[in-house]
Amino acid sequence: MAAMPSIKSREIKIVQDIPVSKTLPFWEGLKQGKVLATRCVNCGKLHFPPVADCSQCLASNMEWFELSGEATIETFTHVVVRPATFQHEKPYTVAIGRLKEGLRVLAWLTGFKLSEIKVGMKAKLVAKITPEGNPTYEFTRPE
Amino acid sequence: MRKVAIIGVGSSKFGVRNDVNVAELAFEAFKPSVEDAGITPKDIEFVAVGSTGAGAWYEELLPAVVSAEYCGLTGAGLMRCEAACASGSAAFTAAYWTVASGQAEIALALGVEKMREIDTPTMMEWIGRAGYYLWEFHNFGLTFPAYYALYATAHMAKFGTTEEDLALVAVKNHKYASMNPIAHLRNKITVDDVLSSMVIAAPLKLFDCCPVTDGAASIILASEEKVRELKIDTPVWVAGIGYASGTANLSKRLDYVGLEAAVSASQMAYRIAKTSPDQIDVAVVHDCFTIAEIMAYEDLGFCKKGEGAKLIREGQTEIGGKIPVNVDGGLKAKGHPIGATGCSMIYELTKQLREETVERERQAPMKNYAALAHNVGGTGHYCYVTILRR
Ligand SMILES: [Zn+2]
Repeated sequence: MAAMPSIKSREIKIVQDIPVSKTLPFWEGLKQGKVLATRCVNCGKLHFPPVADCSQCLASNMEWFELSGEATIETFTHVVVRPATFQHEKPYTVAIGRLKEGLRVLAWLTGFKLSEIKVGMKAKLVAKITPEGNPTYEFTRPE
Repeated sequence: MRKVAIIGVGSSKFGVRNDVNVAELAFEAFKPSVEDAGITPKDIEFVAVGSTGAGAWYEELLPAVVSAEYCGLTGAGLMRCEAACASGSAAFTAAYWTVASGQAEIALALGVEKMREIDTPTMMEWIGRAGYYLWEFHNFGLTFPAYYALYATAHMAKFGTTEEDLALVAVKNHKYASMNPIAHLRNKITVDDVLSSMVIAAPLKLFDCCPVTDGAASIILASEEKVRELKIDTPVWVAGIGYASGTANLSKRLDYVGLEAAVSASQMAYRIAKTSPDQIDVAVVHDCFTIAEIMAYEDLGFCKKGEGAKLIREGQTEIGGKIPVNVDGGLKAKGHPIGATGCSMIYELTKQLREETVERERQAPMKNYAALAHNVGGTGHYCYVTILRR
């Protein structure tokens, strides 16, 4: 089918500054090799991703703690067709793991061949700095 | 609450619609719906528009306003509803409420989406961001197929569902789309075609995924008094709408083998409509990916948990089976213009209940004259289940 006649819209570039002041210890912790979560001092609920405010009791009194990193993989996918801002990456594996503490984490899973990855296997959650210098976290082979 | 009926429906042709802008596409669905109802735009007191990509994948920020002006609806009460891929059902629900509450005698739900004005990686980016951007996209680049692939992996591991089972859903829905002149993908396919198509997010392949589609659908709702006054011969009644939501973070879901929001929404809809899954004659379910249709069978109670694959293997969701599902081609092959899909489902069910599907071979047999629409927003982030009765 021949291309339909069209006009180009005006071009804009969008970059948002996302506030992290309330979860700063988490982002700082990643740079020091730690993955932190929050515990509600009022009701005891554990939160990952970390939060400043408790969705269970609505208190805003949190304490930080370091996660064990000991995870069991509950599910995973291998992303081949990638979004615009991930075009420079090779295909990547994303998994959801349940930590010993009962919290779940979604992150990339590295260090395994795709054929080795199975639901129910053990993995380790670790902090990481990307080659571009951004703090992140991922599942990898337990040592 | 008053009784509310659907008195007019219209749909555009689905597909790559680079011949029209958003308002022109909305008009294509709107005009046949007012003609079907035998009313004029001035009779419509309230308009709810379902559309998701305003300013992102198409240029207009206020699609409700431009579409309303283009269709001669300026002056009516107006809103746009957002519930991701269930925005059309959210708009339908809002229009239903205005009539049911007595605020309006006639209301319109208009779903419209223009998805093909930008390139594919940018589209994957926008839709991938539609979960929890900060925690699940920013560092991890989850795409929409990938979110559902997480469910597919878990369902396969727990219940032994196979890639062939998933493929059967695509084969069925393409078969019915081939009979539906408004469908986007009208080619018949085989299980091998699905299995040999390129991997998008393993285990999901290209033919496990719905296409990126432009389309619009328009639904006119009226009070019982108006139905009588307008002498509507085959009103289709809204018997019950159920709704629920799920966590933004997928990591906070109970499990990955079903959508809790769909279970809750369907139980609410069955309760309000005083019916049960075995009483439904035909259903349209949210098969954005093949695994989503299998999970929908289970979440809606068409079979037991874990037996969705068995249902498709036995052909029970074909015409002639226990419960025909997506006999319009579904999102998978009719297409999934995100904000229009909820209204498009109601369009199809209204035609089915009136027994006036143009193509007789895809008319589901009616016993109880009850039909169900299951519309999921995001990956179980929102869910609306609507039960209609003639
Ligand atoms: Zn608390």
